[in-house]
Amino acid sequence: MTMREFWASVRKEFLHIFRDRRTILIVMIMPVIQIILFGFAVSTEVNEARVAVCGDMSDPQVARIVDRIDSNRYLEVTGELSAPEEIEGLFRRNGADAAICFGRNFGSRFHDGRAQVRIVGDGSDPNTARMITSYIAGVLQDVQQDADISISGEKVPSMTPVVKFMYNPAMKSSYNFVPGVMGLILMLICSMMTAVSIVREKETGTLELLLVSPVKPLWVILSKLMPYLVLSVFNFTTILLLSHYVMEVPVNGSIALLSLVAVVFVVTSLAIGLLVSEISSSQRTAMLICGMGLTMPTMIFSGIIFPCESMPAVLQWFSDIIPAKWFIIMVKKVMIQGDGFRSIIVEFGILAGMAAVLLAVSIRNFRTRLQ
Amino acid sequence: MGVIEINGVSKSYGQLKALSDISLEVGQGEIFGLIGPDGAGKTTLFRIMTTLMLPDAGSGSICGLDIVRDYSRIRRIIGYMPGRFSLYQDLTVKENLDYFATLFGTTVSSSYGTIREIYSQIEPFRDRRAGKLSGGMKQKLALCCALVHKPAVLFLDEPTTGVDAVSRKDFWTMLSRIRESGVSVFVSTPYMDEASMCDRLAMIRDGKIIGTGTPAGIVSGYPYRLLAVEGKRMYPMLKILRVAEGVISCFSFGNSHHLAYDPAKTGKEALLKTMHAAGFDDCSVREIVPGIEDCFMQLAGK
Repeated sequence: MTMREFWASVRKEFLHIFRDRRTILIVMIMPVIQIILFGFAVSTEVNEARVAVCGDMSDPQVARIVDRIDSNRYLEVTGELSAPEEIEGLFRRNGADAAICFGRNFGSRFHDGRAQVRIVGDGSDPNTARMITSYIAGVLQDVQQDADISISGEKVPSMTPVVKFMYNPAMKSSYNFVPGVMGLILMLICSMMTAVSIVREKETGTLELLLVSPVKPLWVILSKLMPYLVLSVFNFTTILLLSHYVMEVPVNGSIALLSLVAVVFVVTSLAIGLLVSEISSSQRTAMLICGMGLTMPTMIFSGIIFPCESMPAVLQWFSDIIPAKWFIIMVKKVMIQGDGFRSIIVEFGILAGMAAVLLAVSIRNFRTRLQ
Repeated sequence: MGVIEINGVSKSYGQLKALSDISLEVGQGEIFGLIGPDGAGKTTLFRIMTTLMLPDAGSGSICGLDIVRDYSRIRRIIGYMPGRFSLYQDLTVKENLDYFATLFGTTVSSSYGTIREIYSQIEPFRDRRAGKLSGGMKQKLALCCALVHKPAVLFLDEPTTGVDAVSRKDFWTMLSRIRESGVSVFVSTPYMDEASMCDRLAMIRDGKIIGTGTPAGIVSGYPYRLLAVEGKRMYPMLKILRVAEGVISCFSFGNSHHLAYDPAKTGKEALLKTMHAAGFDDCSVREIVPGIEDCFMQLAGK
């Protein structure tokens, strides 16, 4: 097969993509929407969490603590409750995210060391609840320290843990989402679109004609993969630009290295798409396999939503066979931490190995005949 | 030596036997028809001949090339038009043709002579998407695409299914012109009336060849004399005719029943009398010459 035939096939494939509005929508618009959605709407950051207060507000000690909570940049005091029994109703009405209850005679007992304070979080969203309660606990700890100093008149020997997140000081969730979404989108476009486009030719019977032509099956495959490779490059660039300029995620490492990693991942995904097309007989099957078999595990096991480290060992082993996991680890290292090739060599090796094996298997299985 | 030679080809899909022991020979410059109902195994035979499937048993060759071993060389010299319309519906007429020309290592302009006659009919619509063409025009485009690389053998799997009567007639005229240019044509159809357009034909049923020869040869081999019976209340009439004395077989053919009979036991007058006795007063009976379909029914019934 000469280049002329190859490029004619590539051109034909592009025409299919650009003439189908649904495909265009998936390929061009979806990545942008996903990035913006994950970046803004689906955020686990806590901003201005509403805290309800229950206690004797005339107590100067209580008033001081409430003031400090209110002045915290993540917290905001929204209301006063006369009794702790009202908390449940308040949470049900979504009137507050957390509540703080001061014990009886808080001020006087404070100096005896017997003061009691209770933090109640709305645990229906455990991640957010944990963050809010820890913010409130932090404020209380500050008050305690100030009190220690004012009583003894000097700093008593004690220690204060200072927690700092080196690569994400503001705890922005976009740092976690951008690599994840990047992996998800590249996976989806390369695998699903490739699989569907090949299976469509199976369904309409045009694959029969392609096979009967003198063109070698390998070239048929490559010409079908090519456009999706180009589209992934386009998507990768879009996501990178969006995340940098809109989400303000830094690109600390080398862009060349990042692109290399992305290309290896794209090749892996294309090979998976090819494999899916070989085992499915209809577009619907291909779509289901890609959706249930690829996208779901990628979401669950690649650390986008749940950290892999907290899963049972069996599931952790399972997560190891998901290419997106390795890609996302590498993107985090290169993009956010600014690491060089040396630190991702293991992950890179694993992903490259997967790409080679999957590509070899899928090309070998591509039939020169119908089943 | 024939352009197509098939010897003892069999193919099964699991338990289902699609083809059993098929043998055929097609000569140079011949239009060879494969006639049979849906599900007879026509498409399977096409796929084996066009190297898209492997036979379970048997062998075959196209222009002396083995259908299993030399598949890549066969793919250069054949044109294939699958049963369903199998072009890109979202590409225009011109884009489809250009693409298939390129795929077979040629260009539309260099093989324009071969396809001119057919292409000229669809050229006014060359910027229309293939999916928006009428059935007849789709078929012409598919034929152009199959012919664009000047194949030595043309395989057409049910090219006239779903096409209107006028276009069907046109199509057979085109085929005879194609044959004149030296191309051998292997064509299948479920329409018995198209059989007479072929130089030779094979009749296939349930994966077996039940008869082969020229249309005239097949018709002359019909062993019985035949009557066409017409009248009102055709279905009850069929039941009576089938059990009448001297009737060998009786099949419904649209608006008449074709009845094979034994002249020693019955005849036109005797049958009319039988029908009158059974209360069918408005019958007409006439002697007819058997057609391909009569032969098919007779051979299939054996």
